[in-house]
Amino acid sequence: MIELQDAVKQVGNVTHIKPTTLTLQAGHFNVLLGATGSGKTSLIKLMAGLDPIAQGRVLMDGQDVTRLNTQKRNISLVHQFFVNYPHMSVFENIASPLRVAGMVESEVQGRVEEAADLLQLRPMLGRRPHELSGGQQQRTALARAIAKESRAVFLDEPLANLDYKLREELREQLPDLFAGRGAVVVYATSEPEEALLLGGHTALMEDGRVTQFGPTADIYRNPENIAAARVFSDPPINLAKITISSAQAQLAGGGSWAVFDATHLPDGEYTVAVRPHRVTPFRTSEADVELTGRVIVTELSGSDSSAHFQHGDDAWVSLATGVHPYQVGEDHSFYMNPAHCRYFGQDGKRVV
Amino acid sequence: MKKRSIIPILYIAFLMLPIYWLVAMSFKTTNEILSGFSLFPQTFTLANYVAIFTDPTWYWGYINSIIYVTMNTVLSVCVALPAAYAFSRYRFLGDKQLFFWLLTNRMAPAAVFALPFFQLYSSMQLFDTYLAVALAHTLFNVPLAVWILEGFMRSIPKELDETAYVDGYSFPRFFVKIFLPNIKAGVGVAAFFCFMFSWVEMLLAKTLTAVEAKPIAAVMTRTASSAGYELGLLAAAGTLTIIPGAIVIWFVRNYIARGFAMGRV
Repeated sequence: MIELQDAVKQVGNVTHIKPTTLTLQAGHFNVLLGATGSGKTSLIKLMAGLDPIAQGRVLMDGQDVTRLNTQKRNISLVHQFFVNYPHMSVFENIASPLRVAGMVESEVQGRVEEAADLLQLRPMLGRRPHELSGGQQQRTALARAIAKESRAVFLDEPLANLDYKLREELREQLPDLFAGRGAVVVYATSEPEEALLLGGHTALMEDGRVTQFGPTADIYRNPENIAAARVFSDPPINLAKITISSAQAQLAGGGSWAVFDATHLPDGEYTVAVRPHRVTPFRTSEADVELTGRVIVTELSGSDSSAHFQHGDDAWVSLATGVHPYQVGEDHSFYMNPAHCRYFGQDGKRVV
Repeated sequence: MKKRSIIPILYIAFLMLPIYWLVAMSFKTTNEILSGFSLFPQTFTLANYVAIFTDPTWYWGYINSIIYVTMNTVLSVCVALPAAYAFSRYRFLGDKQLFFWLLTNRMAPAAVFALPFFQLYSSMQLFDTYLAVALAHTLFNVPLAVWILEGFMRSIPKELDETAYVDGYSFPRFFVKIFLPNIKAGVGVAAFFCFMFSWVEMLLAKTLTAVEAKPIAAVMTRTASSAGYELGLLAAAGTLTIIPGAIVIWFVRNYIARGFAMGRV
């Protein structure tokens, strides 16, 4: 368990991490999800003790490690770039943290081989890192983290520099690799899809602060604010201005519906958020609201087709299974079920 | 292929000409050198070399030079390593200015410092010791070594340091076991340049020594006798002076190419 208590990171006058309180548990992946520059790496370095903490405390398994050196925190870290010791063989690389800890040679041998088997590195043990492919280099770094059996493993966008196929392969393997090891696994990524695939808990990060934290599925379904909804959506979530009066929502570009369970909402301006796959070119239920708009761009990816269309002043995206014959420049009808709408007030916070 | 190699061959031949002349002279007798032009030694003699290797004042010149040059190389690189690490890894107030100031030391003419050094070292009882020359030469070798090493260290990503700390390496252990092996090319290049500059520097070495630590360059100026200069002997001494540099170049030739490729050296 890693606990951050009002932790702040400052470099000069710039605050990289604003006061953050967060509790990360072992047993499942803890995903830090945020755009580049949102503070994921900063937060990891703070927890790893690589950067000094300006205020607040860091606890690991209840022990205050705020002033403890990185070396003594018993952690592992895998960088985005493949970082191995270039002058050592793969075996020596994986063994290095064990050797530093003064482990007996027979046990080092066993641990290294176990980690190498898990990551299919057995035939490469005698080679140097630069003789390996990118995927193998990153697997070496992962093997080093696994062999060490530390109490916390930080994975800082470990798959970002791999090609698509390798990334998928390794991502599938990751949860199994760390399952049952009792380590707190922290995984930073900028891709919402990865957070969903890896499950566990997700902390949404924006501008140096954690905006929302909880089980990944909850966060996906119930974003607390517009920022969270925007971060956790790929393709980008549809956001449109609406006016609500007497629990009746009205889109500027036409279309209105009754807002469920919103009798207490004061009348006024709101923002509605709908995921692209909830906007379809066909009716999905009786309650669907019809939106008519001019199709601007269409894309086909696999068996999904997406359409960008203009509805009033708002640009919308629809993502639907199947190949749909859109005509660019022509008006099409799209349908949206109000049950999937999320409403946000002027301040960006979720209402209802 | 033949056409392309003509120009380099001519160029190298042109460069080698003075060296050939020196080596050829070292195998001639002084009389032959003075008597006129000859492309090859007419009467081939090893007498000049025998004279050097049998006379302690001669061969001790070489030994003295090698001792203080080695001391200086070790000293310069050891001092430059932590300095270069700081410059490559940390940002601090005035770091760029300090780095530039270090480099300006490299530009200072040794002659300017000869007199103050002589005074200072005499009062510190360091005059005519190996340490005196070795220390004096750090004046221009430390900045050079810092500059070369900083370039090599900069190419090592900071993530390597972090990975080592996470793995449990203490700083000294990381520096010796992880960092040094990865910049050993840089250390080789820096050591080579320190060696060369210290080896060829004559003014400070001559000023700061008298008998005990007299460098070969100083010994060579004393070949004048009543019979005039012993040119053959001088040429043999000169030839022997080239050899240590040539040996060191042989060892670091690959590293120097890498140094050039990295924009330093």
